[in-house]
Amino acid sequence: MTKKLNTPELSRRALLKSAAAGGVTLAATATGVTEATAAQALEKETKENPITTKQDWNQVLGDGVDANPYGKPSEYEKNVIRRSVPWLTASPESSINFTPLHELDGIITPNGLCFERHHAGIAEVDPSEHRLMINGLVDKPLVFTMEDLKRFPRTNKIYFLECAANSGMEWRGAQLNGCQFTHGMIHCVNYTGVLLKDILAEAGLKTNAKWLMPEGADASGMNRSIPIEKALKDCMVAFKMNGEALRPEQGYPIRLVIPGWEGNMWVKWLRRIEVGDMPWHAREETSKYTDLMENGKARRFTWEMDCKSIITNPSPQAPITHGKGHTVLTGLAWSGRGKVDRVDITLDGGKNWQKARIDGPSLDKALHRFYFEFEWDGRPLLLQSRAIDETGYVQPTKDELREVRGTNSIYHNNGIQTWHVNAKGDAENVEIS
Amino acid sequence: MSKFPKILSIIFCSLLCATPVLASKLNLGREATKAEIKAWDIDVRPDGQGLPEGKGTVEKGEQVFSEQCAACHGDFGEGVDRWPVLAGGLGTIKGDDPVKTVGSYWPYASTVFDYIYRAMPFGNAQSLSPDEVYAVTAYILHLNEIVKEDFELSKKNFTSIKMPNEKNFFADPRPDTPTMKKKKPCMENCKKKVKITKRARVINVTPDQNKNSTSKE
Ligand code: HEC
Repeated sequence: MTKKLNTPELSRRALLKSAAAGGVTLAATATGVTEATAAQALEKETKENPITTKQDWNQVLGDGVDANPYGKPSEYEKNVIRRSVPWLTASPESSINFTPLHELDGIITPNGLCFERHHAGIAEVDPSEHRLMINGLVDKPLVFTMEDLKRFPRTNKIYFLECAANSGMEWRGAQLNGCQFTHGMIHCVNYTGVLLKDILAEAGLKTNAKWLMPEGADASGMNRSIPIEKALKDCMVAFKMNGEALRPEQGYPIRLVIPGWEGNMWVKWLRRIEVGDMPWHAREETSKYTDLMENGKARRFTWEMDCKSIITNPSPQAPITHGKGHTVLTGLAWSGRGKVDRVDITLDGGKNWQKARIDGPSLDKALHRFYFEFEWDGRPLLLQSRAIDETGYVQPTKDELREVRGTNSIYHNNGIQTWHVNAKGDAENVEIS
Repeated sequence: MSKFPKILSIIFCSLLCATPVLASKLNLGREATKAEIKAWDIDVRPDGQGLPEGKGTVEKGEQVFSEQCAACHGDFGEGVDRWPVLAGGLGTIKGDDPVKTVGSYWPYASTVFDYIYRAMPFGNAQSLSPDEVYAVTAYILHLNEIVKEDFELSKKNFTSIKMPNEKNFFADPRPDTPTMKKKKPCMENCKKKVKITKRARVINVTPDQNKNSTSKE
């Protein structure tokens, strides 16, 4: 929180509040830190002490109930927003923005901060006019209303969704300065919905049913091919995220959930599933979402998301502002193949590694939160995290990936990220030898 | 039940033991009508399944393209500004700067039809007739030197089109980097020297986040 100290337009009061919130400022001063910001804060703090000075909210009545029938974050959190990189795409309707990972904690992404990726803008679907059709190689083609879907047995599951292009801008080298931009095409929410296999069973699969083609109701008519084994194993049709209806930008009223597999397949505004005996080779699995190798050959149907991790704090958008002393490093790890077993941290660019502490639930194909607490001596750091999943997959370095794939593949860059933290505590996206 | 593939009946058997209520159908939803299926079932596969009746010439396609597509994709599919490039790039796929287009990269012509029919023109999707989509597909194939100028594409001859890059696609071979089975990750004294080789600030393409630009020099 103390990072707001640097922000000029914040009020004196906010400044004091943030200094107080970061109680570390006081503690750090006691241990002899001479950082300019810390000293300034202390000077203000002694003049207008937040404990001895009465605050407005200590005395005046606040808003009553219903001031915000649908609540919203504190005004002091207004920087916690999704952000985009305008030069990446031609139009905002076919574009992407990024989850502010450096502002979040735990493993759940709040609904309003889940990154967005649209191919024809956000469809505003009236749920009473929405239908899900199952057709193709089935005994009886069926149509379901939203009400019908909610009468299937429901299930709740926490899964991450990562775009296959997450970190795709970094294939040729460090480019974007912030984990929001390098790793923010990911979110993790609690889905409520029904199992796809239950819906398919209602229609009755024919014996030659091998592939499914989900299709969206938006103006891109998003379609992909999914092998039947995956569909029957763990796919869901979800209508809730974190307890409330899906947000329009996440596919309201229903989206497909394909645990551990690339986000593009999780078709939003799902309106139809065709059952077939071979894949469709749709645009999003030929022109896009195929991985071009250096020899001109391209991998297709690269569905699974490899094991990956990222230190979210400190990072370029979240520098260390308290000076040397006790420091909390935190980040996220995940694997499309299951649970994350272990996360290792290095402070010295990979010379020596130590195990981080995974805290909170460790769930199949969900984000895992890790922490690593250490005494920072104020010397520059080269931070990396390395995740290992339950299948024994070890997150590779970026150079290891380039060795096998070259630099043209765009998708599935799960290489180890490096942050350089200088003596002031500022962090930068770098690559190292 | 007899018509279910084996895998599904196994799943159902195990469900039957645990929760009998799930084993039988729930009788949810209603049968889709033929007209409804026809209205939505617009997908086209490489083997030609799903192609509607119709046909269109390169010449007709050029007209549709210049009226409805060229503003974004350029008269010759070269792409205006950052809008997608649809033609050219032949022979670049192996190089340092691959230009992926319908001709240089796409493995199947059916994908061109399927995609345009469902998603283009951008912002007015599913407005083209089957004949217009045949025509504009023929034109894009012509821009990519896959069919001649006097070609007419139709439901009948569609599957005769072969794309030059089809053979270059292969199945996902991952995991393609060492796993624990092969190599335990090093924990101590893993390297002697570390040097910074690349820096994001030098490139300086990160959007200015004015309000929380905490990473000041
Ligand atoms: C307003 C601009 C615009 C117009 C007009 C337009 N397109 Fe597009 N086109 C796009 C955009 C944007 C995309 C990428 C959409 C996405 O992100 O999924 C695209 C993608 C495509 C692609 C796939 C490109 C690739 O490499 O994957 C094809 C083929 C295509 N358009 C054909 C057409 C045709 C044919 C027409 C005319 C009938 C047309 N477009 C009209 C903007 C346009």
